[in-house]
Amino acid sequence: MISVDNVHKIYPTRAGDRVVLKDVSFTLARGEKLGVLGRNGAGKSTLARLISGAERPTSGTVEQGMSVSWPLAFGGAFQNALTGLDNVRFISRIYKQDYQSNIDFVADFTELGLYLREPVRSYSQGMRARLAFAVSMIIEFDCYLIDEVSAVGDARFHERCEVELFQKRADRAMLIISHDPEYVRKHCDRFAVLHEGDMTFYPDFEQAYDRHLRILHGEA
Amino acid sequence: MRSHLAEVGRSASVQGRVVYALLMREILTRYGRHNIGFLWLFVEPMLFTTGVTVLWTLTQALHGSSLPIVAFALTGYSSVLLWRNMPARCIGAIDPNLALMYHRNVRAIDIFLARVLLEAGGATISFVTLSLFYIYIGWLDPPADILTVAGGWLMIAWFGAALGMTLGALSEKSEMVERLWHPISYLAFPLSGAAFMVDALPPAARKYILYVPMVNGVEIVRQGYFGEQVRVHYDFFYMLACCVGLTWLALSQIEVVNRGVTPE
Repeated sequence: MISVDNVHKIYPTRAGDRVVLKDVSFTLARGEKLGVLGRNGAGKSTLARLISGAERPTSGTVEQGMSVSWPLAFGGAFQNALTGLDNVRFISRIYKQDYQSNIDFVADFTELGLYLREPVRSYSQGMRARLAFAVSMIIEFDCYLIDEVSAVGDARFHERCEVELFQKRADRAMLIISHDPEYVRKHCDRFAVLHEGDMTFYPDFEQAYDRHLRILHGEA
Repeated sequence: MRSHLAEVGRSASVQGRVVYALLMREILTRYGRHNIGFLWLFVEPMLFTTGVTVLWTLTQALHGSSLPIVAFALTGYSSVLLWRNMPARCIGAIDPNLALMYHRNVRAIDIFLARVLLEAGGATISFVTLSLFYIYIGWLDPPADILTVAGGWLMIAWFGAALGMTLGALSEKSEMVERLWHPISYLAFPLSGAAFMVDALPPAARKYILYVPMVNGVEIVRQGYFGEQVRVHYDFFYMLACCVGLTWLALSQIEVVNRGVTPE
């Protein structure tokens, strides 16, 4: 179980401190899937980073009672000057994984072929997304943080992600952040809306989505 | 107690793994797979040291002793590379690696450690290789006491690493650090003991020059190299205190950086 307890996150900006998360508390049990809706800049990605442990809250605590992935759609963990294979090797080393079998999986999943031996710099957005996703599937976690996976890639890529993530790993906990309400509705069993630092929880998608729409149109 | 130890062991193995991965990655990004690849790691300092040795030999540099200039330049300039390159690589080290902070196990200290180890390794390999080469071609006599050389070398390395990590952490807070380090390292070169023996200074000045921590380390290295041929002056415990103090400062500043780090 992950427990987030009274978490505040403040970022200093030139115009003074900006409160991104205000006293956020919740728990995520094994196998539970929580979808988070919110406008751009509402703090969804910050929340994911805090839960992943990449960043620390200004106050409050995040306890990881299970292994948690890094935010998944994220392709920036690559060093652009290195090849796709070098990056896979790096991740394998950090997480103490067998490099050979990982290479096989990544080559198969990404279908990047010869490009795996080229610097990541030369990849298109779609190729990068495929590599990023494949790399994050190398390591098995109890909880996956999914930040806009659906935003990039073609239909075939989406299908393969669907299979890897939601079929093969259906028993894992997930925190899903997306601007695509359909994606959230389809995959989650609990919902939350993030607005002005407050996180409000809903057991029902329609209620959450309704609130989200009203926020988008400036009514709440 | 036992479980506590096991915990520490696990953490250490994770950290070792991460530092190793960063090290390999650093080597690849810096040197690539072109021409001689990572051999540049120590070929570059070797070229530097050899250049300085040749230059000093040609100009018959005044170093205030009867020591052969080759030995003098090798011990002196290698030491400079050792303490100067680590800070140079640690300053601004976090920024290009911010994306890696998404991996929970990767911390600021790992990035610094990888860079420090790489620089120290490069300088050490260069020093050892050049020593062996000069000894082989007869420009240099073997060191009188290798353990003392190693001891002095380690002290300089420790000092450089602690200084590097401190400046690296501080440079996250202020760009001033980077701007100031260039002139300071340049000005510190003539004061660092690389180009003179403390014994050659007027007795009144010796006391003050020994306040520069590197000078003590270089003197120890030279004592190991030349043995009875030279009179050296150093304060081992002063240098130790500097290293311990700087290490403490480095660790506390890195902790501050860790707290504020925001992956891009």
